[in-house]
Amino acid sequence: MKKTMLVLMTMVLALTLAACGSKANDNGTNNAAGGSELSGSILAAGSTAMQPLVEQVSKKFMADSKYSSITVQVQGGGSGTGLTQVSEGQADIGNSDIFAGEKFKDADAAKAQELVDHQVAVVAMATVVNKEVGIDNLTKQQLVDIFTGKITNWKDAGGKDEKIVIVNRPSSSGTRKTFEKYALGTASEDLPGNIQEDSSGTVKKLVGETPGAIGYLALSYLDDSVKTIKLDGVDATADNVKSGSYPVWAYEHMYTKGEPNEIVKAFIDYMLSDDVQKTDITDLGYISIHEMQVKRDEAGNITK
Amino acid sequence: MNAMRQPSPGGPGDAKPAAAPAQGKPDSAGAKKGGPSAGNPARPKRSRRSRTASEWQGKAYTLICVAILIVTIFSMVFFVASKGLATFFTNGVSVSEFLTGIKWSPDGEPPSFGALPFITGSFATSILAACIAAPLSFCAAVFMTELMPKFGKRFMQPVIELLAGIPSVVYGFVGLSVVVPFLRSIFPGQGLGIAAGAIVLSIMILPTITSIATDSLSNLPRGLKEGSYALGATRWQTISRSILPAVLPSMLTGVVLGIARAFGEALAVQMVIGNSPHIPRSLFESASTLTSVITLSMGNTVKDTVQNNVLWSLALVLLVMTFVFVGIVRLLERRARR
Repeated sequence: MKKTMLVLMTMVLALTLAACGSKANDNGTNNAAGGSELSGSILAAGSTAMQPLVEQVSKKFMADSKYSSITVQVQGGGSGTGLTQVSEGQADIGNSDIFAGEKFKDADAAKAQELVDHQVAVVAMATVVNKEVGIDNLTKQQLVDIFTGKITNWKDAGGKDEKIVIVNRPSSSGTRKTFEKYALGTASEDLPGNIQEDSSGTVKKLVGETPGAIGYLALSYLDDSVKTIKLDGVDATADNVKSGSYPVWAYEHMYTKGEPNEIVKAFIDYMLSDDVQKTDITDLGYISIHEMQVKRDEAGNITK
Repeated sequence: MNAMRQPSPGGPGDAKPAAAPAQGKPDSAGAKKGGPSAGNPARPKRSRRSRTASEWQGKAYTLICVAILIVTIFSMVFFVASKGLATFFTNGVSVSEFLTGIKWSPDGEPPSFGALPFITGSFATSILAACIAAPLSFCAAVFMTELMPKFGKRFMQPVIELLAGIPSVVYGFVGLSVVVPFLRSIFPGQGLGIAAGAIVLSIMILPTITSIATDSLSNLPRGLKEGSYALGATRWQTISRSILPAVLPSMLTGVVLGIARAFGEALAVQMVIGNSPHIPRSLFESASTLTSVITLSMGNTVKDTVQNNVLWSLALVLLVMTFVFVGIVRLLERRARR
């Protein structure tokens, strides 16, 4: 009895250790077998905002008979984690909401140089307010004044007499960086009393329920519970983003370390294929990269 | 933190009944083997060699397990400490600025890393949570052991222990959907803040404090209560004058364990506290805790940057505080034994 238990426990322990070991081996190594059919595994990690998209496309990819022997694993963790993991070779693809150069700064700038950027979609963000606020347009200056604390009551921005409650993102968030860069044009301080949430669902809930709240959400999250407002008279719609008249948008990046190997390239090409761009990407509220009439580089310069 | 969480339902008492039959079985099996032939009921007739072999096996197995545990604990402490201290040694952030600064803007120009708002936020929420939960738990424990032991043991204790099994994201979501709108409608402000965090946490730590209080109450020598009744004391006088003072140290142990658990809770608090990196002016204004800022920013920062290392420093503060709480519990236990 005692012996059986002992043997059993030892086996469990050994199995656990073995499981740990084999998992470590799987990560990162891709046996890109030669020949006509590709096989191997891909690990894509990073941005939680991109996770649903990459997951959905990866399922479709694996179901495709051409790629049936490739497995794609998608993990969240945040843009920073994704970039770290791809740069260290733990993941094959690093999903990120922002350019790698904005995360790897100063001493780490060389790390960003090694990474190859694949822009797979565009995400646009709209400013949203609580429905009771009573405004439908803000100028850029008003937006800056609100987020820097110069205006603290909606009556100074043309609304009703109600205190402004800012629902922001944490200062490390890629969504916040995009909003600050392209909507405000300036970094904003964390004001006392403002709210910070990382998840878009929570931001929407809070803006919808809190009187006088203002926040920003990706277009895919917009619905009737919040009021979407125009920026300088321009509606936050996919068409305005494509034509370049609405400025608050960012690329969704998939970074690889150096040029991607065969199977990773197959997956990224699949992501960029017309089929995926026209269905999955648009369905999930992103904007197809092929339909953009403007291009933007890391410094924010826009070219037609 | 996990180690701390474990003892809450049932506590260390659970281990004993489980271990007892396991020890008993080999003995009885051995007695059967040796029994009939020798007719000697005392010790089984096993060769000395096999006995020492099995002794050795058991010892080796235990040693391996303990070694794994110790290595895990030490490597975790080392990992957190090496990353957390890198902020001060590699990135040159001053320790006093970190511990007493009130401005937190790691991405600012120039960046500043004042962690005091988080430290005060953590202490305020967890201590306030304990203030709410402790009286409730004490009364629940007294009710379950002294007033209605049958109903308490059969119905209330499982219900309270059930609270420990609810995932923290559920607490957070309930807090966000019920507690926050409720506070918003009564008090000025947006409802998010230390008060909301403390209310959610107080429910989460209720099982920890209650089960420790119940254990200590039911472990009291019966003579104490009977002596008090014999002196003509009423039931309430017995409870308040002789029972409660006797179990106070072990109840305080429960409270400190509850505070430690509240201190380390991340997700539920993060959802209801608002996460503004400032010391709030009221209980109903957005604030932050150590855990909430770590969970919010860890995924967004890149390894080995100062923004990432400083989060590990916050984790180190959490770890050190947990050690302090464990130390307090040890002290209280020593006092309770005296």
